[in-house]
Amino acid sequence: MIELNHYLTVAALLFTIGICGIILNRKNIIIILMSVELILLAVNINLVAFSSFLGDLTGQVFSLFILTVAAAEAAIGLAILVTYFRNRGSIAVEDINMMKG
Amino acid sequence: MSVASAFFYLFSGIMIASAFMVIAARNPVHSVLFLILAFVNASGLFILLGAEFLAMILVVVYVGAVAVLFLFVVMMLDVDFAELKQGFLQYLPVGALIGIIVAIELVLVVGGFTPSPASMGAARSPTPPDVSNTMALGLVLYTKHVYFFQAAGMILLTAMIGSIVLTLRHKPGVKRQDISEQNARTREEAMEVRKVPSRKGV
Repeated sequence: MIELNHYLTVAALLFTIGICGIILNRKNIIIILMSVELILLAVNINLVAFSSFLGDLTGQVFSLFILTVAAAEAAIGLAILVTYFRNRGSIAVEDINMMKG
Repeated sequence: MSVASAFFYLFSGIMIASAFMVIAARNPVHSVLFLILAFVNASGLFILLGAEFLAMILVVVYVGAVAVLFLFVVMMLDVDFAELKQGFLQYLPVGALIGIIVAIELVLVVGGFTPSPASMGAARSPTPPDVSNTMALGLVLYTKHVYFFQAAGMILLTAMIGSIVLTLRHKPGVKRQDISEQNARTREEAMEVRKVPSRKGV
């Protein structure tokens, strides 16, 4: 029988993989954005699991809003990335502090 | 082991494995494809949890829009990805250390976690009886959480305007249609009647 703890463990592992992805791929901002998506997916799994096991629909509503914000964040991040690539010709993250003006 | 348990282990195993491949794949296109696989398996987990609407939204919005946006950007930018992979081995020890610490902490917290029997509420369903998951979400989304719903719409509008403003550019030297200028032309400036002498041309 699958309990709440099983889902929480899966989400914890997914969260850990996301964090490792941010640390390991420090230079590739596309992978970093994908790792952020993985972390948000882990959070969503947590919210939906709690919602399902505790019998409260609010978790699923909150998860819906997280999906919205994640989509907006991905769109803005990729737009910044495209603009940066046009200006610099590379997407190396360590030079990105030149954007501070 | 019931069918639901088997599917739980199938979905979560494939999801964890493909999430690992997202951060470990050499080619970013493969990373995006593994991200899509992870999202599809997560939507399978959502279906097991009884959240059908979120599962479908995950497939439609994430796989259909966000992951394809990633794929589009990865393929559009001509980036030397081998160079970007340089620091992977250098960061591997500290990354693995932090990952192991975070994983152990989270699993210890989660493994020892049991919700109080009062909050479990005798295994209530999140949706009222005789109401599907989608309808139940709609019933609370447009009444109880309507301000958050509007705020989410504003966030999406801001993201749309922001990304358009960031990426739109007008190249000089590109001929575009200017309708007001076309309509403002008069007959006097647009055409001219000339007397062409015979056997001379204009």
